[in-house]
Amino acid sequence: MSTPVIEKNQAMQVFKDNLRAAPRRLLDATFRSGKPNTDRKRSTFVFSNLFLHLHSVRTHRWTLKWSTTAGLGIATTAAFLITLVTGVLLMFYYKPYPDVAYDSIKDIHFVVPTGRFIRNIHRWAANVMVVAVILHMARVFYTAAYRKPREFNWLIGMGLFVITLGLSFTGYLLPWDQLAYWAITIGANIAQSPREVTDALGITDWFDPGGFQRLLLLGSDVVGVEALIRFYLLHIMLLPLALAALMGVHFWRIRKDGGMVRPADADSRLEPRSSEEIYPVFTDAPAKTYQLAAIVRGKTSAVGRGPENTLPSMPHLFYAELAVLMLTTLICVGLSLISDAPLKELANPAVPENPAKAPWYFLGLQEMVAFSAVMGGIGIPSLVIIGLGLIPFLDREEAGTGEWFGGTGGWPLVRKSIFVGLASAILIEAFVIRFGWIREWFPHVPQLVITLINPGTLLTLIYGLYSVWLVRRYNSTRAGAMGLFTVFLCGFVVLTIIGTYFRGPNWVFYWSPADWPKH
Amino acid sequence: MTVKAGEPKSRLDPEPIARRDFLGMSSLIAMAGTLLFSVLGMLRLPKAAVLSSPSKKFSVKLPEALSAGEAFVPPGRAVALFRDGEGVFAISTICTHLGCVVKPMPDGFECPCHGSRFGVDGAVSRGPAPRALDWLKVSSKGDSWVVDEEKKVPPGTKEKA
Repeated sequence: MSTPVIEKNQAMQVFKDNLRAAPRRLLDATFRSGKPNTDRKRSTFVFSNLFLHLHSVRTHRWTLKWSTTAGLGIATTAAFLITLVTGVLLMFYYKPYPDVAYDSIKDIHFVVPTGRFIRNIHRWAANVMVVAVILHMARVFYTAAYRKPREFNWLIGMGLFVITLGLSFTGYLLPWDQLAYWAITIGANIAQSPREVTDALGITDWFDPGGFQRLLLLGSDVVGVEALIRFYLLHIMLLPLALAALMGVHFWRIRKDGGMVRPADADSRLEPRSSEEIYPVFTDAPAKTYQLAAIVRGKTSAVGRGPENTLPSMPHLFYAELAVLMLTTLICVGLSLISDAPLKELANPAVPENPAKAPWYFLGLQEMVAFSAVMGGIGIPSLVIIGLGLIPFLDREEAGTGEWFGGTGGWPLVRKSIFVGLASAILIEAFVIRFGWIREWFPHVPQLVITLINPGTLLTLIYGLYSVWLVRRYNSTRAGAMGLFTVFLCGFVVLTIIGTYFRGPNWVFYWSPADWPKH
Repeated sequence: MTVKAGEPKSRLDPEPIARRDFLGMSSLIAMAGTLLFSVLGMLRLPKAAVLSSPSKKFSVKLPEALSAGEAFVPPGRAVALFRDGEGVFAISTICTHLGCVVKPMPDGFECPCHGSRFGVDGAVSRGPAPRALDWLKVSSKGDSWVVDEEKKVPPGTKEKA
């Protein structure tokens, strides 16, 4: 018995060949299916990849139409990923301790190489995420995609929307500048504002949910170290974890609920494809003996194109997603080059800024709390959330699912609602700005009256009645829902614009900042 | 009395449960109870036994030249002190709406955040503030004054020099 002897030269040759082949083999080991140049390899490419297998292997052509989703969900996800990466980078230098926090942001701005750029991207990506999530919600609403079986995913989406706003809020508190300090103060006092009601009823001494909420946020009775640590923890840990978990559920449910919504007659409405666009399917010999796959050759209508008017997700869906990701990144980077993230003066607990304005997406809310803290800050937002959550359970109709402005009423109803929404918001605001409100006319009126009857609640009531009227007029819940969503969106826009451009020192109305009194 | 398994029983005379099941159920219930009460106990976690807030009591000397109706704001404090013929009084400058610091003006106070206005006595004259500014307890101590931000007094309470 003799051991096989390998020639020395031969071993060296094998070694060299292996070394030369190593990069290719690494690639093979990573992407096991090889180049996705056949239909089966394209499928394997998707389901053998941890990150891609959330997608289905084939995607319906309706889903791939630009007008179906406008890529807004992916844009939101992309913006989140950008904030995730830049946020982790910022954590290398940020120190969550009052005053020190401010200095560390200044360091990031002026000392850390590329620090300012990264902070800008983080801030802009957060803004893009807020815009994208609102537009995404509007898209889902107007295409009636919330309907059965997608009700649950609509609720998850609302959770994601609220967490996104929570992340934005906790984010701009961290620099500990004037904006941060007074935003924490106002935020904590909004949490405390149920006292507006309990005080009026005289029960605050033994039932004080407002005080409890404020304490929970601040960890103290003043805005200081404890508050900053709590908001930091929320911003970098609790909210992102909750967001990531819900995102997972959201995406998974998209698959489980049958992919993107599409009209029942989508197949017949899609234009037939030219032959060169058609990817051949089942060109490989079957890898396993699936009888059905093996016999599908010949003059079956399904031969030569994917089943149910679908295309392979690789490349069609992934390239589209990649394009949205790149576009989102481009927007964030572009904005970061144009405009720096703001940093005001160091927090000064003695003097608020005048006017003290939140970021734009909260200015509608600020306008409403300037009518009543508990109604504007808690009551009406809760009503909106509950209303949005109820919509898929009230609208059980089927007509128009998957179509823009689908369902009874359609675009003409939305157009009318835009007018109603804008007009009533502008009229009420104009009235308040011109004539004031109850307190100015009757200084001794009980607070409870103002809490219940203020411009915010009045506007909500008008919107609610308008929606009920639509339900009766069109004999359709979808019509009422479409009206309600539209008018609230318009109200949000009007209040945000007024808060952003037309409010000056002491929250007084001015036509332009040029008219603000000089100090 | 012995019970045969499978024999139908009335609700008044139920089937006795096996010892093993009883012990299993008891331990489950005991565990659930323990968890519940320890979680309830830990709900106190968010509020420390001692809150890290600065002292709410401070003493201050009023400038000689302070005229009636003119506010004196001690540095770093959210309190406006006044002196008139009837004595000295202190009004909190923390807005009762959402906690911004209001600015003393000749005709009262105004809030920069949401536009609340208050009269010279702290009563709300316009805007969203739900109630009047708090009057705070002032006591004289030698030639200076001690303000206690935690003790509210009825509006109109003035301390004689």
